[in-house]
Amino acid sequence: MEIFGIPTQALFGQLLIGLINGAFYAMLSLGLAVIFGLLNVINFTHGAQYMMGAFCAWLLLEQWGVGYWWSLVLAPLAVGLTGVLIERTMLSRLYKLDHLYGLLLTFGLALIFQGLFTNYYGSSGQPYRLPEEFAGAFNLGFMFLPKYRAWVIVASVVICVSTWFVIERTKLGSYLRAATENPALVQAFGINVPRMITLTYGFGVALAALAGVMAAPIYQVNPQMGANLIIVVFAVVVIGGMGSILGAIITGFGLGIVEGLTKVFYPEASNTVIFVVMVIVLLIKPAGLFGKER
Amino acid sequence: MTIATTSGAVSHPRTMWIATATMTVALVLAPVLGVYPVFLMKALCFALFACAFNLLIGFGGLLSFGHAMFLGTAGYVCAHAAKEWGWPPELAILAGTLAAAAMGGVVGLLAIRRQGIYFAMITLALAQMVFFFCLQAPFTHGEDGIQAVPRGKLFGVLDLSNTLVMYYVVLAIFLAAFLFIYRIVHSPFGQVLKAIRENEPRAISLGYDAERYKFLAFVLSATLAGLAGATKAIVFQLASLTDVHWTMSGEVVLMTLLGGMGTIFGPVVGAFTIIGLENYLAGFGSWVTVITGVIFVVCVLAFRRGIVGELAAWWARRRG
Amino acid sequence: MNTFKRTMVGLGVASALAIGTAQAQVSDGVIKIGVLTDMSSLYTDLAGAGSVAAAKLAIDDSGIEKRGYKVELVSADHQNKPDIGSAIASKWYDAEKVDVIVDVPNSGVALAVNQITKDKNKVFLASGPASSDLTGKACSPNTVHWTYDTWMLANGTGAAVVKAGGDSWFFITADYAFGHALERDTEAVVLKNGGKVLGKVRVPLNNQDFSSFLLQAQASKAKIVGLANAGGDTTNSIKQAAEFGIVKGGQSLAGLLVFITDVHSLGLPTAQGLNITNTFYWDQNDASRAFSKRFEAVDKGIHPTMVHAGVYASILHYLKAVEALKSDSDGAKIVAQMKATPTDDPLFGKGTIRIDGRKIHPAYLVEVKKPSESKGPWDYYKVKATIPADQAFRPLADGGCSLVK
Repeated sequence: MEIFGIPTQALFGQLLIGLINGAFYAMLSLGLAVIFGLLNVINFTHGAQYMMGAFCAWLLLEQWGVGYWWSLVLAPLAVGLTGVLIERTMLSRLYKLDHLYGLLLTFGLALIFQGLFTNYYGSSGQPYRLPEEFAGAFNLGFMFLPKYRAWVIVASVVICVSTWFVIERTKLGSYLRAATENPALVQAFGINVPRMITLTYGFGVALAALAGVMAAPIYQVNPQMGANLIIVVFAVVVIGGMGSILGAIITGFGLGIVEGLTKVFYPEASNTVIFVVMVIVLLIKPAGLFGKER
Repeated sequence: MTIATTSGAVSHPRTMWIATATMTVALVLAPVLGVYPVFLMKALCFALFACAFNLLIGFGGLLSFGHAMFLGTAGYVCAHAAKEWGWPPELAILAGTLAAAAMGGVVGLLAIRRQGIYFAMITLALAQMVFFFCLQAPFTHGEDGIQAVPRGKLFGVLDLSNTLVMYYVVLAIFLAAFLFIYRIVHSPFGQVLKAIRENEPRAISLGYDAERYKFLAFVLSATLAGLAGATKAIVFQLASLTDVHWTMSGEVVLMTLLGGMGTIFGPVVGAFTIIGLENYLAGFGSWVTVITGVIFVVCVLAFRRGIVGELAAWWARRRG
Repeated sequence: MNTFKRTMVGLGVASALAIGTAQAQVSDGVIKIGVLTDMSSLYTDLAGAGSVAAAKLAIDDSGIEKRGYKVELVSADHQNKPDIGSAIASKWYDAEKVDVIVDVPNSGVALAVNQITKDKNKVFLASGPASSDLTGKACSPNTVHWTYDTWMLANGTGAAVVKAGGDSWFFITADYAFGHALERDTEAVVLKNGGKVLGKVRVPLNNQDFSSFLLQAQASKAKIVGLANAGGDTTNSIKQAAEFGIVKGGQSLAGLLVFITDVHSLGLPTAQGLNITNTFYWDQNDASRAFSKRFEAVDKGIHPTMVHAGVYASILHYLKAVEALKSDSDGAKIVAQMKATPTDDPLFGKGTIRIDGRKIHPAYLVEVKKPSESKGPWDYYKVKATIPADQAFRPLADGGCSLVK
C-alpha cells in the first residue's frame, strides 16, 4: 500500500523513529523551558547535563552494578545536585546582568564538562546494556519496534504530562509562576524565592539527566551526545515559546514527527528542517507558537 | 542590550597610534625572531575574524552566535575558486569575501528585526542551516573538505607558496582591515552605532534609522569575517567543516570576550591568546576544550571587560 | 646555529667518528617517526595507542639503534579531522623535523597527509587508511599504502557475498572519503557479478543511532545490507540491526571492513557468521602468535589488528631502506629503495611494493566462528580461503596512477 508514492511500511517506520527522537526533544526542551521560564537563563549546559545523566547511569552499572531502574532515580539526583551547586555559586551572580551572560557562562560550563569526559572516555560511545526486561521487539507488521523504544515513548509522555500538571495545575506550580512574574511580591508573602529558583534549576537539570539515562541504551553513552542535540533543543524551545511548558512538549514531539516525515521524502533536509521552521516562526510570531512576548 | 563594554574614552588617538605602531612592528619582526610563521598566520586570521565580530557586538551591541557561517562559507568559496576554477589568490579571496557579504545581507535582513536573545538564536539557526548545506553540497566534499588548495601567485608576481611571502601578505591584509575598522568606529557612522547600542529608542527619536545602521554594521562584520575565512583557506590550503561548525562561532565569542568587547585591540589580544593556548596545549587532547570553558566561566563571572578592557580601566584609574 | 642544533650535530659527528660513517647523512642525526592516529574516537581500538606500541616494537626489532642510529618516536591524535591532521603533519615536517608519518586510520586525513608529504618530500607509510585512491588517482612517489584497501575488501568480502547469492544490495555508507571509496569499489564488484544496487544512504561519521537508516534498508528489500563503514560505526550498525530484526526479517549484513577488535566488542553471538577479509590474523602462524603475545603485553591485553601489524611491518621495512641508503632525508629516494627491496617480515610474510606504492601480500577470507566453535577470547576466525597476493589487489593498469607508465 502506498501513501503519496511512499510505501506505508517506510512511512510509519520513520514516523515511529521520529516519535522516539521527539520524545527526547520534548523531555530536554521541557527542562530548558522550565529554567528559562523562571530564571530567564538560557541553559546551554543542558546538553552536557543530559550527557552526564547518561554517563552516571553507565558508571553506576559498570562500577557498582547498579541497574537501569535505580539509575533512573539516582542519576537525575546526582546531576541535579551539581545543577544546584552551579546555580548557587555562579548563576545567581548573573541575574542582574543581561541574559546573554547566562548563556555565555553555561556555554563555558558545557565545554568544561564535555572536555573532561572526552579526555577520560574518548569520543566514541560506551555501550550501555539494555535492561533484561526490554529485550526483544514488537512485530508491528510494518517494522519491528524494539520494546525499549516503545517504553521511551510512553515514559516521556508520562514525564512531560506530569511536569506540565505540576507547574500549571498545582499550588507549588502557581508559586513558581507567580515568582516569575513578580519575585519581590512573592518574597513578601514569605516564600523563599531564591531557594525556589535554585531548586527549579536543579529540577530542570535533573530532567535533562533523566533523558540522558533513558537515552543510554539507544544512543550509546558518549561525551558528544549532548553537543549534537543542544542546538536542536534550542530551536524547539524557541519555536514553542521560550517560557512555555506546553509549547516545549508539543513542539518537541511535533518536531520528531516532522523530522521523520522529512527522512522519508527528502532525507538530506532532515537536519535542516527544524531550523527552517524556527526562522519562519521567528519572523511571524517571534515569541513562539505558545509564548508570550516579554 | 548592555554587554559590558569599555567606553571609547580611553582610546585617546595618540595611545591608539602608539599601540598600533608597536603591534605592527612586533608582527613584522616576529618571524625573523623565530616565531613559527604558520602559527602567526593562523592567529592573524582569527584576530581579523574576532575584530569583525567585535564590530558587531562591541560597537553594535548585537551578539551573533552564528558568525562561523561567514568564516566558513568564504573559505569554501575561495578554496573552490582557487582550486577548481584556477583563479589567482587575490580574486579567490575577493570571491570568498563577496560571498560572505552577500550572505551577511540575507541573514541581516532576517535577523536584524529581532533583539537580544532572539537575534542570537536566529543567527545560530541560520548558521546551522549553512553548516548542513556545507555538509551535503557536493562541492564542499563534506567531511574531507576541499584539500590541496593552491596558493598561487599574488597579482601574478608574489609566490605565495613561500611561507614568509605568504605571511607578509596576510599581515598586510590584516593591517588594512584593522585600520579600516578603526576608521569605521571613529566615523560618524560609528558614533551613531554606539548611540544605538547605548539607547536605541533615544537614537530613533533623534531621527536615526536604527535598523538600517544595524543592518550595515552586520553586513560589514560579515564581510570582514569572510575576508578572514578566505585568507585562511589560502594559508592552510584547506576548507573544512570545522570552520562552519557552531563551536567556531563560540570560539570567536570567547576570543572577543577574553580580549575585551568594544575595545579596538581586545579581539587581537584575545585571538592571539586563544590560538597560542591551543597551540601549546595541542598535545593534550581535550584539555583545550576544558581550558576554553574555564576561561569563558572566569571571564563572565569576574573578568567581563576582558584583558584590554581591564588594562584600559586600570590605566584610567591611574591617570585619575 | 642554536644550541640544540649544535649539540645534535656534535653528537652526530662524535658517533660517526666512533662507529664509522653510519650517521653522516641522517638528517639532524635522528630518524624521527611520527605515529598520527585516532586516539579518542571511533577508530581508537583498531589503531590508537596500539599503533604506537607496534611502532615501538618495530624499532626495537629492527636493531637499528644498536648499529649507531638514533630513532625518535612521536605521536598525535588527528581526531578524524583533515584540518587537524594536516596541521599536525605540516608542523611535524616543518618545525619538528619528523621524517616519516605512519598509520593515519582515516582516509580523509590520509589523503591530506599524502599531499603534504609529497610537497615536502618526506615519507608516508599509510598502514591505516583504506581508500584505494592512495594508489590510484592520488598516488605519490612518497607514499606506500600498506595492509589493505577498499578494492581488496570489495573483491574479497563483496565478491564472496555476491557469489553466495547476495545479488541485491543496499549500502549504508560513512559519508567521507573512505565510505565513498568502499561503496564505489563494492558496487563495481556487485554489478560485475550480475547483481543490483537497490539504494544507498550516507551517514555522518561517528554516528550513534542508525535506526532510520536501517529502516530504509529494510524498506528497500535488498537481500544484503552492505555496511561501508568501520570501527564504532560498524559495531553500532550491527548491534542496532539486531534490535530492529533486520536479519530476522530475512536480510543479511555484509560488514565490508571489520577488525578483530570489532568482533571482540560485538561478541560472538552477534558477530557469528560474518564474512571478513583481513590480511593479518594473530593466530595464523607461530610468528604472528609470538608477535601477538608481545603486543598484548604492551596494549592492555588487546590482540593486534591488521592495522597494528601494518604499522610494525612498514616501519621495519622503512628502517631497512634508510640503513641501506644511510640517509633519511630524501623521501622519494627512500620509497624507491623500499620498492626495490622485496619485503620479508614475520607478520605478512614475503611480499613486494609496486610502482604505484601498493604493498602486495596475500589476503584471507575468514568467517567469524560460532560461540560453540571458539576456544576462548580472541579465538574468533576460521580461515575459509586465501587470496594469493597477485589477485588480492587491483591490477596495476586499472588504478589511473600517474606513476604507472
